[in-house]
Amino acid sequence: MIFKTFIKRLFPRSFDNEIYNLTPKDLIIRKSSNHGGFKFGLSLLIIIFLFAIFGPIIFDVSPYEQDLTKRLLPPVWKEGGSWKYIFGTDGNGRDYFARILYGTRISLTIGFGAACVGMIIGVTLGVCAGYFGGWVDQVVSYLLTCQLALPGLLLAMTIVFLIGPSITVVIFVIGATHWAFFLVVSRSATQKIKNLDYVTAASAIGASKFQIIMRDIIPNTFSQIIVIFTLEVGIAILNEASLSFLGVGIQPPTPSWGLLIAEGKEAIFFQPWLIILPGIALFTLVVSINMMGDGLRDITDPNSKVSEE
Amino acid sequence: MLRFIAGRLIVVLSVGLTLSIVTFFLLNYVIDPAQAIAGEDALFEEIEQIREQYGFDRSITVRYFEWFSGIFQGDLGISYYWNKPVISLLIDRAPETITLALMSVSVTILISIPLGILAALNPNSLIDRIALGIAVTAQAVPNFWLGLIMILIFALAIPIFPVSGDKTFFHFVLPSIVLGASSVPAVMRLMRTGLLDVINADFIRTARSSGFYGWRLVFNHALRNALLPVVSVLAVQLGNKFGGSVITESVFAINGLGRLALESILGADIPTVQILVFVFAIIFLFFNLLADILNAYLDPRLRL
Repeated sequence: MIFKTFIKRLFPRSFDNEIYNLTPKDLIIRKSSNHGGFKFGLSLLIIIFLFAIFGPIIFDVSPYEQDLTKRLLPPVWKEGGSWKYIFGTDGNGRDYFARILYGTRISLTIGFGAACVGMIIGVTLGVCAGYFGGWVDQVVSYLLTCQLALPGLLLAMTIVFLIGPSITVVIFVIGATHWAFFLVVSRSATQKIKNLDYVTAASAIGASKFQIIMRDIIPNTFSQIIVIFTLEVGIAILNEASLSFLGVGIQPPTPSWGLLIAEGKEAIFFQPWLIILPGIALFTLVVSINMMGDGLRDITDPNSKVSEE
Repeated sequence: MLRFIAGRLIVVLSVGLTLSIVTFFLLNYVIDPAQAIAGEDALFEEIEQIREQYGFDRSITVRYFEWFSGIFQGDLGISYYWNKPVISLLIDRAPETITLALMSVSVTILISIPLGILAALNPNSLIDRIALGIAVTAQAVPNFWLGLIMILIFALAIPIFPVSGDKTFFHFVLPSIVLGASSVPAVMRLMRTGLLDVINADFIRTARSSGFYGWRLVFNHALRNALLPVVSVLAVQLGNKFGGSVITESVFAINGLGRLALESILGADIPTVQILVFVFAIIFLFFNLLADILNAYLDPRLRL
């Protein structure tokens, strides 16, 4: 409700009954404020971001400090748990809450970083293929088939492990194996846009191909790219977790969620929370991102309906 | 039809060739194989010695042609880590992965097609919402975590299935549920939207007005058309399962190709890794080709 009054005050026109008089911007705002899944995903994601940024500052406990006298303490809701260690401690006596909190930063960094890398590769190729057509298009389609056929996870595992695992390497390798969706979407969007009147007008007044691509085409594919971007962030986060879980991604002692689950695997029978807690964190983050992405797809779709309150 | 197949086959073969070059150069040029075998702390002399011993000092083009022509003679190289010919490793490990892939695709079919049909027949109903919920959940659950939770619930808390291994049929039940769940969202959404489109088509209205109704209408008229894209996506998913078996097999300790891949990577065993990457790519391409042909066979419009 607070959200709605806030929006209402900012954009009074978007709550007129005449929905057909709305500008596209107002339409988007109205659609997003009426989309339950989008609002839920976005709020959850904002909360997770706040946790990642301010959590480690407020909750000032090192995720690396070991205390071997306090190994495998149970979380606070189990018998023997204490508020000092909310999620208990891991096999090396490190505070589990602190480790999960720091893991949020790792997941978000890698998710957004890898999706950016994938977006740069995919959109560049896709826009070129869509705009120039002809042999450029054929070469790019060929590249796409190659990319889809390569077992991405296996290749990523090999390269990350043999080059030497670090956050930067993981970001670039995951990004370099996940650009197919960006390519497909930006290519088809470009093909539609390039025949529109304003692009013809731009070239008639002497804009160069580069200018047309940068100013007229890419900004107009944005609404579709952002949807793919959100979904790719989720995929990249799951990929990083898988790599780290298999031992070929982020290396200990860095607290990546995938790694926490791998470490907790040894204690699955007696300390199941060691795998359940980071898994729930991972699931919550990816669900919030996916719900936001699905919501964005509905919102940016020009054919979707605007509901009246 | 033959022309269509020939055209697709040429693309597949050339992509296969390109991929063989890409994998080989990635694993032999970007990564220094001698360094990988020797390990990070190796001395310069040790690396040089390994380089000579394994013939890495020869030019990369020569080694590529040697490797690639070997494939056609059934010689896939010798694994450094296992000290065995790679081909015998593949033959040893393939049955487990094939079983897992087939079973997990069956799980996908059993879950996603009925749910997709029910959701399409009752749009915006409770069952539609449940189906959507399952899709959203399955998309966000990490595969390996789902595996561990399955073990926790169905093997440790309620001991119905064995924890890990690959001896009997029951060992494969949990892994195939886990691997199959990952393709449920895509297949179910496709089934739902496909069936919704068909149900609103003119020929269904005609069929309905001539007296067909209920399940007969759905099965005899609508489903046949809506299943087309689903069948081809399932073929592609089956191809994906081989590459995707890495995680599931290592969680459930199944001695298949995926686990072989992980062990070879951890052992810096480049001959095995490059063959596996290539084999998984070829399997994927094969199932894609199969999907294309199947689609063209079922829908004559695509043959043009």
